[in-house]
Order: sequence, then C-alpha cells, then structure tokens
Amino acid sequence: MAIVKTERHEDLPPPVSQTGVIGWMRENLFSSPLNALLTVVSLYVIWWAVSGIVSYAFINANFVGETREDCTGTGACWVFIKARFGQIMYGFYPVEERWRVDVGYVLAAIGLFFVLSDVVKDKKWSAIYMFVFVPVACYFLFYGGSFGLEVVETSQWGGLFLTLVLASVSIFVSLPLGIVLALGRRSSMPIVRMLCVGFIEFVRGVPLITVLFMASVMLPLFLPEGVNFDKLIRALVGMSLFSAAYMAEVVRGGLQAIPKGQMEAAKSLGLGYWQAMGLIILPQALKISIPSIVNTFIGLFKDTTLVLIIGLLDLLSIVKAGTTDKEWVGMATEGYVFVAAVFWVFCFGMSRYSIWLENKLHTGHKR
Amino acid sequence: MSEAAMTQSDIDVAIQLIGMHKWYGEFHVLKDINLTVERGEKIVVCGPSGSGKSTMIRCINRLEEHQQGQIIVDGIELTNDVKKIDEIRREVGMVFQHFNLFPHLTVLENCTLAPIWVRKTPKAEAEEIAMKFLERVKIPEQALKYPGQLSGGQQQRVAIARSLCMNPRIMLFDEPTSALDPEMISEVLDTMISLAEEGMTMICVTHEMGFAKTVADRVIFMDEGEIIEQAPPTEFFENPQSERTQLFLSQILHNG
Ligand SMILES: Nc1ncnc2c1ncn2[C@@H]1O[C@H](COP(=O)(O)OP(=O)(O)OP(=O)(O)O)[C@@H](O)[C@H]1O
Ligand SMILES: [Mg+2]
Repeated sequence: MAIVKTERHEDLPPPVSQTGVIGWMRENLFSSPLNALLTVVSLYVIWWAVSGIVSYAFINANFVGETREDCTGTGACWVFIKARFGQIMYGFYPVEERWRVDVGYVLAAIGLFFVLSDVVKDKKWSAIYMFVFVPVACYFLFYGGSFGLEVVETSQWGGLFLTLVLASVSIFVSLPLGIVLALGRRSSMPIVRMLCVGFIEFVRGVPLITVLFMASVMLPLFLPEGVNFDKLIRALVGMSLFSAAYMAEVVRGGLQAIPKGQMEAAKSLGLGYWQAMGLIILPQALKISIPSIVNTFIGLFKDTTLVLIIGLLDLLSIVKAGTTDKEWVGMATEGYVFVAAVFWVFCFGMSRYSIWLENKLHTGHKR
Repeated sequence: MSEAAMTQSDIDVAIQLIGMHKWYGEFHVLKDINLTVERGEKIVVCGPSGSGKSTMIRCINRLEEHQQGQIIVDGIELTNDVKKIDEIRREVGMVFQHFNLFPHLTVLENCTLAPIWVRKTPKAEAEEIAMKFLERVKIPEQALKYPGQLSGGQQQRVAIARSLCMNPRIMLFDEPTSALDPEMISEVLDTMISLAEEGMTMICVTHEMGFAKTVADRVIFMDEGEIIEQAPPTEFFENPQSERTQLFLSQILHNG
C-alpha cells in the first residue's frame, strides 16, 4: 500500500543552538577534563599578561610632567613621549609649518573615507580626488616652494610623517606597477615577458636593505654628473620597485586562479584584451588576492623602518635618537613600546579593512 | 555563374570552412575540415570525446587559431587582423559547457556589460534590452542576483541571454546541457528550440539526439579530427553510412 503525505509541513524557525551563557560555556570551554584544564590555564595566562600590561602602561605609569624627574611611578614614563611628541610626529619639520602636514592628513583622510567606504556608490570622483588631487596637493603642501609656501627640504621631514609618506607612496605606486608587471609576466610577447620576469626575479632575490643601499649609494654612480636625486626620492624609488615585485607575484597568483573560461567568455562577447582584463579578470583576481595584497602592504609598512640605515629619520629612528638623549637615559622601553603601538594600530586597521572588504565583495559561492 | 549570383550566394553563407587544419604542437587535431553553413541553418555536431568538436567551433570565433585553410564568417576571413577578429566576435555569440558567467557581476550586469562597452549602447537602453532577453529565457526575476545564487539551468539561460544581448547573427553552443542535472536540461533546450524557430544560424555541439531530431537541418559526425558524415537528421539517424557513425550511434542510443 502506498503511503502518501497529504499535509504540507509548515516553515519553522531554525532551532536555537545557544542554550544560554552557561550552556555555551559548558559546551565550548568545559566539555572534558582536558578542555577544562586548558581553559583554566589559558585564562590564567591571559590575566597575567593583561594585568602586567595594564599596570605598566596605565596604572603605574606617569603621564604628567615635563622632565624625567616627574616620573616617579614604577611603570612607563609617557612624559618622554609627550615631551618629544612634536618631533616624533613631524621630525624636524619647522614647528610653524606643521599645519601643512596636518592639512595634508585631512585631505588624505577625506579621500580615504570616500574611496574605502561605500558611502558613495560611484567611485569615479572619489578616485580622481584621491589619486590625482591629493598627491599633487600633498606635494605642494609638504615640500612647498610655490603658492607662497616656504620650501621645507626633505632632510627635515621625519617621524610618523615620514613613515606615512614612505608607506603611502610605495603602496600607491607598487599596486599598479605590480599589476602591470604581473600582466607582463603572463604576456604572450616574449620580450615583455622576459623583461618582467627578469625584473621580478632580480628584485625578489635581493634583500630590501641592499636595494636601499643600492638606491642611495649606487644609483648616483649611474646618473650623469650633476644630477642629484633627493635621498627621500631614492628611498621611495627603491621601496616602490621592491614592493612592486612582490605585488606582481601576489597579483599573478590571483590571475592564475581565474578560470580560462572567463577570458574566453569575455573575448567571445567581443571585448578587447584591456577591456576583458579591466572589467572581468582583474576585478576577480584582485578580489581573491585581497588578503595577500594587504599582507604585502602591512609588510611594506613595517619595512619602511629600514630607511634608518640610509639616514632617514622615520618614526623608529627618531624615537631611537630620542632615547640617546642625555636627559632621557633609560627611556628605550617607552620609546619602542610607543613605536610598536603606533605600527600595530595602522597594521591592525589595514587588516580589519581587508576583512570588511572581502565580506562586502563576496557574491555567493562559486561553482 | 554570373558575378551577381556569386555575391548573392556568398551573402547567404554564414560560415565557411575551407580545407581547415589545426595542430596542437605535434598533434593534428583538425584535419581538412570543409563545412558551409547557410544563413538560418541549424547544425548539430556530434562525435566521441576528443574528436575535435569543441576545437572546431572555437576556431570559428578565434578562441583557437587554425594553421591552414580558410575560415570565412559573415563574409570576413579570419586572419591575424585583430580588428576583424573583434568584428566577428561581435556577430557570433557563444555558449559554453560551464556557462562562464562573470561571478562578480549581477545577472543584469552580465547581460549589459558587452553592449555597453563594445557596442557603446547607453546603459538604460542596454538594461531594457537585457530585461527583454531575460524575459525570453524566463528569468527576469533573477536579474539582480549574482550567478552563484542561481541553479545550473538558470545560469545557462543567463549565458544564452547574455550572448543574445549583443544581437548576434550566429550562435555557437558547446555542449550547453552536459554540465546540467537531467531536470534542468529541458529548460535550456526549450530556449534553444525557440531561438532556432526564430531563424538564428546555430551550430550546436551536443549529444541531445532529441534536440538534433527536432531542430537540426543537418547533423555532422566527427571522429579523430575529421568530419566523417553529414546528413539531415532523419537520414543520419535512420540510415548512417559510415561504420564509425553506426558504432557511435549504437553507443549513445544504448546509454541515452
Ligand atoms: N589546449 C590544448 N592543447 C593540446 N591538446 C588539446 C588542447 N585542447 C584540446 N586538445 C586535444 O584536442 C583533442 C580535441 O579536443 P576537443 O576539446 O576539441 O574535443 P571534443 O570533441 O570537444 O571532446 P569532448 O566531447 O570531450 O568535449 C583532444 O584529444 C584534446 O586532448
Ligand atoms: Mg568539447
């Protein structure tokens, strides 16, 4: 006899998986004796580390005062950072001109907000503002020499300001350059391909310190007499080329992950090579490369500290110089902790942004 | 034949392959292919796996290059001239076995991309045309979804609509149903049948013999890179001439 179901089952809400806080804890933290032991040990380690940091950096720390004599607590002496804050932020940029840097920051922050967030859907104007107007405006603001602004030589630039200039210029240059190199490496034109492969493999095989040394010591040897590049520009060129080589490999990985059928479909619709690349292949390749691209950016951001060896005073070098000041002997810990915290904030920010972007661009599972 | 008659008959020819050969390295994939497809003709290509069916139709829109002989599409000979290749690709639509939709774009954007960038159609007009074709393939309600959210049959119908939005004069199908679950095959075939009824010139690589019987003007059997037999479907199925065709038909009819 056939069994036939005549009624339709109604749609029910999904079962509630959490049975309260206690249930969750029992299930996840104390499910077995070993699990319980690990939970207790971990909690102890976390408490030990956090309480140590909090008492060093906040509870027992000194925030007020002018000299090291004001530091009476057992914790950190943030007075040191406070006293040298201007230098740490701007290097030897003249105090009365520092507003120019701040204006540049504001312009860039506005641009970043519009480019990175999705408040404005049509990104054309945001992109033009961010990638054309802001760089030009920042050049005139920071260096000066026109619009009645006094010239501030790059040898006076320093601190976090210099670090941000190094990082953002190398990031903005290395991504497009890396994309071009990656496309060149996959090109069907042998000369183009050989040039790109040669460049990428040469640069990747050399430590960044060597590239910086070469840029600052060897480059002048190749240039004609009298042509003398600014030390900062040499560092920027070195860093940008170096990270472009890494970026190229990251992008190439993304390009390789796109099925051949995508290019074929684009071609069969009559799209040319550049249209297919720009509209179909690169958006997908860059999207899957976001974690690696941001990883490279983070590495690059931290590698800016290497410019110390060619005598540029970035955030780390200026703090290091400060710790050798007679008046502030023994402040190295505070200095380096502060530098670490600043780097961490920026890198963590990039990391979170990449996660947000990945989620935003997720368009359902691939088949 | 007078010259006027010559050109007249040339215009009625949609695709012409003359003594076409292709090699992959040392491997001779296509051997002396001669095929003339008239405007409005529907051709079904079948044959065992690896016989060169895909390679042949991919040569027609230059996804693969041939090394010898001539391919003339819509009166334009395919050479290395990039301009001519693009011109031909605009007129020839292609539907792939694995759909090849653009996963980062919505269904509607998939359909409007080429008209906007290649034909320079204004966006609003392109969207209107796209909706018309999405209605024709019976999925206008999916326009704002991403391909990854659709079933295989729906995706393939989007792929067909995407091609049609370029208003092609010739459509190439490379096993459009063989990646689909059985219950989705007919929805795609129905779309193709209605397209055929409107007089589209079509070359379909498929093993759907029912489709071949209803739609095809001619069935072409390929084996080892050669066209072995071509005939109208009734003749092809009821009275195959070559031994290889007979063997092939007995195999697929057994399994199908
Ligand atoms: N890019 C390539 N390089 C080398 N050989 C290839 C390439 N593409 C296809 N071939 C070979 O060419 C032959 C014909 O391939 P093709 O894809 O045209 O066959 P097909 O008739 O479409 O088969 P199927 O029914 O499996 O799709 C096969 O033997 C295949 O291995
Ligand atoms: Mg095939």
